[in-house]
Amino acid sequence: MINKAAIKRKITKFTTTLVLMILMFGLCFLILQPLLNKISVSLMAERDLYDSTIVAVPKHFTTENYSIAYQLMDYTNSFMTTFSVAMAVSVLQVCSCLVVGYGIARYDFPLKKFWFAMLILMIVVPQQTYSAALQLWFRNFDIFGIFRLLTGSTLDLTGTVAPVLMLAGTCTGLKCGLYVYLFRQYFRNIPKDIEEAAYIDGCGTLRTLFSIMLPDAIPLASSCFLFSFVWQWTDNYFTTLLMKSANLLPARLNGIASTLISYMSPVRPSLTYQNAISATGTILLLVPIIIVYLVAQKKFVQSLSATAVKM
Amino acid sequence: MHRAVCVWMRVTLPWSGEESERVKGALKKKPMSLRRKRAIVGYLFISPFILGFLLFILQPLATSLRMSFSNVSLGGEAGFSMDYTGIDNYTRAFTVDPDFNRLLVDSLKDVLINAPSIIIFSLIAAVLLNRKFPGRGFVRAIFFMPVVLTSGVVLGLESQNSLLAGMSQLQTAETNTSVTSFAQNVLLGSFTDVGSGIVGFVLNIIDHFYDIVVAAGIQTVVFLSALQSINPSIYESADIEGCTAWEKFWKITMPMVSPMILVNWIYTIVDRFIRSDNQLMVKILNAAGVTLEYGYSSAMAWVYCVAMLLIIGVSVWAISKVVYYYD
Repeated sequence: MINKAAIKRKITKFTTTLVLMILMFGLCFLILQPLLNKISVSLMAERDLYDSTIVAVPKHFTTENYSIAYQLMDYTNSFMTTFSVAMAVSVLQVCSCLVVGYGIARYDFPLKKFWFAMLILMIVVPQQTYSAALQLWFRNFDIFGIFRLLTGSTLDLTGTVAPVLMLAGTCTGLKCGLYVYLFRQYFRNIPKDIEEAAYIDGCGTLRTLFSIMLPDAIPLASSCFLFSFVWQWTDNYFTTLLMKSANLLPARLNGIASTLISYMSPVRPSLTYQNAISATGTILLLVPIIIVYLVAQKKFVQSLSATAVKM
Repeated sequence: MHRAVCVWMRVTLPWSGEESERVKGALKKKPMSLRRKRAIVGYLFISPFILGFLLFILQPLATSLRMSFSNVSLGGEAGFSMDYTGIDNYTRAFTVDPDFNRLLVDSLKDVLINAPSIIIFSLIAAVLLNRKFPGRGFVRAIFFMPVVLTSGVVLGLESQNSLLAGMSQLQTAETNTSVTSFAQNVLLGSFTDVGSGIVGFVLNIIDHFYDIVVAAGIQTVVFLSALQSINPSIYESADIEGCTAWEKFWKITMPMVSPMILVNWIYTIVDRFIRSDNQLMVKILNAAGVTLEYGYSSAMAWVYCVAMLLIIGVSVWAISKVVYYYD
């Protein structure tokens, strides 16, 4: 009798696990499918693209698409530019967001609620609402008329890296509100006793931050850095808006079809071929961040789970 | 020494009126100065944000509001000049422009249909990922991958590709469409109008399933962390009382994760609104970047933003009524 029940339970458990795994396999495939599709298209020779019997595995395997896309995107140069910009921006963002999040979480000051509300406002109001004005502001950049006094005209900062760095350094860049919120959430949960003990032992404000708070916050800071780096890497919106002519990978990828047309003129490449090349370009853009993700995958997920987000 | 005596006096002789007032003053003075010091340090800490907020958010917001009421022309000493034209830009958006109303309604509909679907899907996915099965870590990694990969320019290209793709090579959702439309015919042929809204909702989820799965990464992780923070002993006692899994889900899991529903809801709505493949967003950006109609672009952006804030405000108010806080 007991044996029968045990067997029944075992069968039920086995079946649910099996169904769950099939479901999970399907969902994983669904998520990965566009990427796999792009990879297979990027390895096809041009004639394979028109062959309707070929679905996934290329008949004429070639890496020619990669060398074309590599040339069209000016990959080596734009990779270096993108890397340095993304690096600088994410380091600045993490530092400024950490400091601001720490201040909001651990210090009481007048109008604290107001500034926190402004932070939430910054998260909620889409930056696209005021992006045109922001662009004009950076095009005619001036602080209290100082530059006009010195040089006779305002500075045009669009096209340089300065606007993006300024936004990053002042917690107003891409998704900065999210990072500040995460840091605030994290620092809020550290018991006050630790801080008080540090004060009694003679730690100053900065010493407390650097030797008591920061070591524990390193995991969160590094995951915020990863997020920031990856999102900056693929961001096309702010970079087109504020640093127009810069040689960045996302901008290169966005314009790859038109570059291909002018590269191959007078022959006009077919739409399918353009798509294949842009799929190849997408793979080239994604390869670095796929590697980053595979190496640091746990960090991405942990940061969000560790700072149990509560309102 | 003197202070210690004073404290003693205040504690033991609370009726010694005047003296105790003086003591209170003396005791208060020190904490006040510390508090002020901490206030100054706190302001120093958040000063980057204050600076950024005033310069790069408030100032552009004010400019863009002013621009939406005027005709902006580039050039001149300040780089651009504005002529006040009243609500011309707004009337143009609502009454003259052939696309604006349609796009606005479309994107609102998109948010109102897809955001609940994303929340429901991510909750289900989180519950499933919380169970033990072989390869769980791998599956979790893949579920979270779209957050990293389909961001920025890649998302824009994805939609562009499906618009341009003449061949079936890059098309993925070809067969889905016919299946759901077939199902719609069969189901709605036999049903009356009563259930058609729900059927349409479900079929829409199936049609946009890829979009929903891809957009649900962060929400799934947030729900997952909420599920893992639930005390297992609550489930144990429910087991002893004889609860079924279904009851446990609605009586324990749902109330415990309900604060996260609010967080995820806000995140999802904002995320949907500013997606780079949103047609209205493209129109707004083109008006500013290509045709240089800054005033008109700002007016459209403000209408869009106000619509979004209204949706967020109303829905957050409604959801916060049913959210349950454990502590």
